[in-house]
Amino acid sequence: MAAETEAPAPPAASEQGPNHGLRIFIPWLVLSVVADAAIWVVWGPHLPPGAMSSSAASQQFDIKVMAVMAAPVMLFVLIYFGYALIVWRHREGDDEDGPPLHGNTRIQATWITLTSVIVLSLFVFGTYELVTPQGAGAGEGASPIWKPGGAPLQVQVIAQQWRFTYRYPQYGGFETTDLVLPVGQFVEFHVTSVDVIHSFWAYQLGVKADANPGVDNVAYTKINNSGKITIRCAELCGLWHGAMFDYGTAMPASGFQTWANGAETHLAAVTKMLPPYALTYDPTVVAQMSKAMVAGGFTGGAGLYYPPTDPEQP
Amino acid sequence: MSLPARVTTLIVAFIAVVAIGSFVVLHYLLGGPAVEDYASGVTPNTGATVHVVMQEDPQNTVSAKPDWVSYFIQNPQTKAWVHTTLFKVPAGSKVDMTIYGFDGCTPLRNPVFGQVTGTVGDVEYVNGKPYHEIDSWQGCNIGHTFSIPGINLNVPMATPGLIQSVKPGLCGTSPCQPGDPKASPYRVMTFSFMTPHATGVYFWQCRVPCGGGFVTGFGGPMQTIGFMTGNMTVVS
Repeated sequence: MAAETEAPAPPAASEQGPNHGLRIFIPWLVLSVVADAAIWVVWGPHLPPGAMSSSAASQQFDIKVMAVMAAPVMLFVLIYFGYALIVWRHREGDDEDGPPLHGNTRIQATWITLTSVIVLSLFVFGTYELVTPQGAGAGEGASPIWKPGGAPLQVQVIAQQWRFTYRYPQYGGFETTDLVLPVGQFVEFHVTSVDVIHSFWAYQLGVKADANPGVDNVAYTKINNSGKITIRCAELCGLWHGAMFDYGTAMPASGFQTWANGAETHLAAVTKMLPPYALTYDPTVVAQMSKAMVAGGFTGGAGLYYPPTDPEQP
Repeated sequence: MSLPARVTTLIVAFIAVVAIGSFVVLHYLLGGPAVEDYASGVTPNTGATVHVVMQEDPQNTVSAKPDWVSYFIQNPQTKAWVHTTLFKVPAGSKVDMTIYGFDGCTPLRNPVFGQVTGTVGDVEYVNGKPYHEIDSWQGCNIGHTFSIPGINLNVPMATPGLIQSVKPGLCGTSPCQPGDPKASPYRVMTFSFMTPHATGVYFWQCRVPCGGGFVTGFGGPMQTIGFMTGNMTVVS
């Protein structure tokens, strides 16, 4: 009786076994669909940097796409890991070696093909997104590869330790510490610096552009909604880099017109003190500045503040 | 090495490490310029007035960097000039500021900061005369600025009118002594501003690239607390 009870199961049933692939695939498929739907519909609208501008909305869309593509991959790894731990774990009394592995061409080909498709499609998608009509939000250098149509509002961002100022050349060239932008219009940022390297980062606009002395770095975006804009310097620029932040405002076009006209009038006396609007402000080419430095006795630096023998090291 | 020698060596090494660590903590981390307290005895958020007095000098002969330009703050009790750029004011109060400008001129890198902002009436008084802006590119007229970006305060500091090349004509020993303009020429800047109701630390700085000897003048004293930048601590 005992011998009969311990007899092995029929060979056919043992060799067939459960369909592991299907047992992994079905929960993976269900969870992936649920996760992707949740990412796109629930989490997506709250992903940074929001949708205040065309650049920000584009970046949010990009992050959503990447999250939707990444979630199934991550779920597959986790489900496979969990399944292996449970189903293929070592059992008491089972001291046999596992079956020899000789590779599986079909699985290997599928894995390489799938991962290649994912990576290459993301490469194509990312490249396309850099030049789509909404702009990437990053500084494109002095010669942007993409420009919006029409007449965008030009705003020059001038960085200096440790504050950004903004110049509006289409409104008499006034300069202010307030960044105010109109909804519904493309903005053409010209980002530069008058001392060290900074980086203009308008978070809610999805705009981040390096501010280098002597360089005109252009970035475009279109403002979609009114609201507060957080502006930070994103390049370590000295003692008070961490305090180099400010807030800007996006407002309806009519309100912006009122503000800009008022600022142009209010700041007229200050505007007269400024050099003519230029894309960069190099002391060697701004005549007024050179003249002032000579008047101040700074004659040794060929238009620079201090002689070529400087700097001395601290 | 004998056991007593080894124990002695261990104890000496331990004491040396503790001593060096204590010196670093006390001297570099906890040390620093004094904080001049203008908030003591003043009830915050009542609009009370405090009078802060400072001066900017062409040098700092009381420091290890005698050729660095520097601000000094007057102690509110003793009236002595202190080598510091840290001061404390009450929240929700009016600050009447007096700054003696002893240093020569340097043009602003960005002349927009010749504009007076953030003061009561957006005005400063230079030797009693009101100014809303000073054009640093039209003459030898600005030495430094006193700027607190956190409250949009910016006040250009007028100079005695001596250009950089005749800097020896300026006050040569710090802290300079207001009193005899012929012996030590200077300008007196006065202005007022309201402190925020929110307590906190607000950094202040000079916007003139006055760090001579450093890349485009933005190093050295421009980056060092106790010289051309510091903190205004608002307390309640």
